[in-house]
Amino acid sequence: MSAWLTDQPIDVGSLIAAVASDGSGGTVAFLGTVRRSPEDGDVASIEYSAYREMAAAELDRIVAEAAARWPDARVALRHRLGGVPTGEASVAVVAAAPHRAEAFAAARFVIDETKRRVPIWKRERLGSGVARWVEGRPPAGSEEGRGGAR
Amino acid sequence: MSAGAAPGTGASGPAMIRIRLLLFASYAEAAGREEAALALPAGATAADALAAVRREAWAARLPPQPALAVNRRYAAPGTALADGDEVALIPPVAGG
Repeated sequence: MSAWLTDQPIDVGSLIAAVASDGSGGTVAFLGTVRRSPEDGDVASIEYSAYREMAAAELDRIVAEAAARWPDARVALRHRLGGVPTGEASVAVVAAAPHRAEAFAAARFVIDETKRRVPIWKRERLGSGVARWVEGRPPAGSEEGRGGAR
Repeated sequence: MSAGAAPGTGASGPAMIRIRLLLFASYAEAAGREEAALALPAGATAADALAAVRREAWAARLPPQPALAVNRRYAAPGTALADGDEVALIPPVAGG
């Protein structure tokens, strides 16, 4: 499994430590957590699956793009795969930079691009045991995501 | 499918390439499998791989232009394929 993907609960503290440096004045940690709203019904957990090799490659590209745009920012990311109970984090993005503007911008970019591009899917597991796929979005970077130019 | 012929040999017809087709999530569930080997004529594109998949019954549920990936990168339908390439049909994504 690549450094970006894990089947264990996410340890945000270790991600914060990984990007820490004497030069950093602002650190942003974003957690995407599994939520349940009344209209979702009896969702006990979400199961995440991925095209692992391509997810890792796409995350490499996203982090490299962030490094090019915010060269002084250090970024760490973990996406959890497998079952994630309600309330727990499915993804964490941490960015540290000399100033908070870059830290916020880099973190926002990485989570937004992750949601737009990375081949990861989710299935809701209900309390009854029934599972249903969650509707996704056509990935950015694909012809479908561009509205199918050809 | 030319099961025994090496790629490129035209002993009994056009040269063929062999690609690995990957399915995921709702597509894999509908197809009942996650992987298949496809033999296509040399010069085939990602669109040709998709056309081969569309001959299967489960593929009626595919959108008009499903997202395609070749060797772990999103690819336009016109992307040329080479022997040994990995082609994936990517269902709408829901990560992050």
